[in-house]
Amino acid sequence: MFQKIGVRLIIAVAFTAIIIIGVFAYFNVESHSTGLIKEVERHANQLSETVISSTRFDMMLNQRERIQEIINTIGQQQQIRDVRILNKEGIITYSSESSIINQMVDKNAEACYACHTADEPLENISITERTRIFKLHPDSTRYIGIITPINNDKSCWEADCHAHPSDQKVLGVLDITISLDDVDENIIKSEIEIVIFALVAIIAVGFIIGFFVRRWVVSPVNDLLNGTQQVSMGNLNYSIKDMGEDEIGKLGQSFNNMTKKLAEARMQLFQSDKMASLGRLAAGVAHEINNPLTGVLTYSSFLLKRTKDNPEFQEDLKVIVRETMRSREIVKSLLDFARQSVPKKNNADINEIITKSIEVIENQLSMNKVKVVKETAEHLPKITVDSNQMQQVFINLLVNASDAIGNNGGTITISTKKISLSPFGIAQIKKATCPKRHSLIDPEYKIDGIPALKVKVISGKNSGIIHLDPIYGKHRNHFDLNFEIDANTDFVCPECNLSVVQKEKSCPKCGSKILSFEINGQGIYEVCSSENSNYEKWDFVDSSGFSDYIEIKISDTGSGISNEDLSKIFDPFFSTKGQKGTGLGLAVIWGIIDNHNGTITVDSEVGKGTTFTTRLPLTPQR
Amino acid sequence: MSKSADILVIDDEQVIIDAVIKICSLDNYTVDKALNVKSAIDKISVNYYKIIVCDIMMPDGDGFQIIDELHNKKIDSSIIMTTGYSTVENAVKSLYNGAIDFIPKPFTVDELLNSLYRANKYQEIKNKLEQVSSHQNGNHLYYVPCPSKYFRLGYSSWMVQERDGSVLMGISDLFLKTVDSIKNIEFQNREDEIAQGISCLTIISEEERAHKILSPVSGRIVEVNEKLKDNPSLIEKDPYFEGWIYRVIPVNPEYEQKNLIPCSSDRM
Repeated sequence: MFQKIGVRLIIAVAFTAIIIIGVFAYFNVESHSTGLIKEVERHANQLSETVISSTRFDMMLNQRERIQEIINTIGQQQQIRDVRILNKEGIITYSSESSIINQMVDKNAEACYACHTADEPLENISITERTRIFKLHPDSTRYIGIITPINNDKSCWEADCHAHPSDQKVLGVLDITISLDDVDENIIKSEIEIVIFALVAIIAVGFIIGFFVRRWVVSPVNDLLNGTQQVSMGNLNYSIKDMGEDEIGKLGQSFNNMTKKLAEARMQLFQSDKMASLGRLAAGVAHEINNPLTGVLTYSSFLLKRTKDNPEFQEDLKVIVRETMRSREIVKSLLDFARQSVPKKNNADINEIITKSIEVIENQLSMNKVKVVKETAEHLPKITVDSNQMQQVFINLLVNASDAIGNNGGTITISTKKISLSPFGIAQIKKATCPKRHSLIDPEYKIDGIPALKVKVISGKNSGIIHLDPIYGKHRNHFDLNFEIDANTDFVCPECNLSVVQKEKSCPKCGSKILSFEINGQGIYEVCSSENSNYEKWDFVDSSGFSDYIEIKISDTGSGISNEDLSKIFDPFFSTKGQKGTGLGLAVIWGIIDNHNGTITVDSEVGKGTTFTTRLPLTPQR
Repeated sequence: MSKSADILVIDDEQVIIDAVIKICSLDNYTVDKALNVKSAIDKISVNYYKIIVCDIMMPDGDGFQIIDELHNKKIDSSIIMTTGYSTVENAVKSLYNGAIDFIPKPFTVDELLNSLYRANKYQEIKNKLEQVSSHQNGNHLYYVPCPSKYFRLGYSSWMVQERDGSVLMGISDLFLKTVDSIKNIEFQNREDEIAQGISCLTIISEEERAHKILSPVSGRIVEVNEKLKDNPSLIEKDPYFEGWIYRVIPVNPEYEQKNLIPCSSDRM
């Protein structure tokens, strides 16, 4: 539950809200209650002043009953617990509670404490210092008490009663105690309100954040997760639905792009493997079948010669000869296809080859009312290709496009342009040497048709040869050893037994030994010595950055190819043209492009048309 | 040397040997056989054969070893190479190494017979030349060698680079001399593509024998010699100049020249 990104985000946001709202609520309640207390204080102070001034006249006249009467009346008010006047000696002279009159109050009592802390009593103290909040016992309500000193006055010592001498400064104090019942109730009420508000706010924030997190984060992330799972299970046709333009949407687009590229690469690799094995098979089959075919053809043509006077035999024998000749042509085309010959390359202008190719089939195109649109880039650099084979490729593609368009007319668009692609998985190691400059390229041992690097492995008494993939980035290394490689195993040049292990380094992926080779004039190539690691590094190639290709697109407005057929389109003998085709055309094209170290891919939509994209390396492969 | 048979057929398939024997008997050749390279080399070191029909791929080696062996022993038998793995490379390599013909399997009776016919003629010419040189009586010219700037594919066809970059190609006189008088020539069309080591022309002789010419060059035909169409015998009269066959835009002349024999080397 807490592993989920949505839940984590919601918890983080809710926690922040709790802190912010909590702090806000605390200070809000605090200032509210302080304000209320201040108000009561002011009220009590005012009341005190009122009592003093209303009793003043009676004090002058020494009308004690009247004073007691006033205090009783005020003390009867709801919130007022007690009103009392103490004289200089601390004796309660008047009180709203008659039972405590004439009692002595110690000057250390809480009511007197404010003025009498020092040895000499203070005469002028602020209202806050005169105020005290207390409880009678722990469970009772709170009370606020305020003491107001009654100062001496000229009229006091000149009054008729002569009760007070003139050198006295304070004659006594008025002490009023007011219950804080109402105030406390008010404070609790507002505290509850604020807590409820805070809870509601936190829950609401949680829900709102949760909603948007689910919408913007959780569900797209789940889609992506689902996509990666699909791809890891091998479904490279999976694509994620459009998720908008934000970062996750871009991630989705980039994911779709990656899957598409991956599918193309896999297709290309698969095709390459298939072609190579099919080539070997075809060559073997052709050779094996041609011998018995020779028997059939020679004997039948021999009989044909011998039976010139027998027309009945002649007819039948002619069929045998004719059909055997047909078989011969089929085997021949198979052999042509299988032939893994190195293309005879020269510098050529791709645009020119395309123009020539169009000229060759111009008649067929105009008969089918096909319009050819050329969108070729001007000033394309010359490219090293077998122009004959390339022409064969373009003619074949154009004929296919024209066939797809049919008799109703349409458009074929041919475009060329220069593009740049990353070299990883393309660059080839053609020369590699040990420290003593012995060549490590083994012309006898080929990986995917290219001579591999050979290294001798010595482990104790055992020794063997491993072969490394000469294509940088493909790491199809062959470890045909009958012993295990361990930490003491050494890797040496087969000729001089000098170690090719790079001593200062170890593989950053698995920690195994690193083998290093000098590539003639192209720096150092490093590769991990473990069979299971795919680490390899060739700074020279990496630093040379992207390499240039010429891209040729041939698009038609024809019938298109169904998805089902699209995967088989480069397979030999796959044809949708029935009796009209051999099904070898595109397979041959594929072989030609592969021999040029190029790639060919196809995109098609049924009813809309097909595009073949060919990419040929502009610089000779390393 | 004893003369046991006219032809040695070397092939690892019994059915092919049987077929070749049967076909050869049609033209009254006598045939000896060898099933592998080793026994073939044994046989050629003991017997002399006018013609050797040799498969390229055999279990204990290839047919080129036999060509080398003949060279080393200075035996001038005519060699006809055959193979089931009939690639352009094999064809060109065979002719370069001195085979007089290359017949891809499977072949018909006529294809083999016509090739044998030419091989036989070739032997006759060689023998006459030897007689001439050994007796040194006069300078009889039995065939015209190709001019020094030319290049030839075995002894069958030639090519020469023109100044404008195009290439002229034709048939060598020696080849024409091994063919009976020409009745008809079957050309390819302008704009057709031809490839080195692949048949580009068929000569039909008066005896209705069809002889295929392997092209010395790959490229696109831009011109066909119209004069030859009207007058096929022109090729016999002047095979190296007026009797040219095609003008070709070559695809890769530098590369392909390596497979050809410079005619200048014939004069040394």
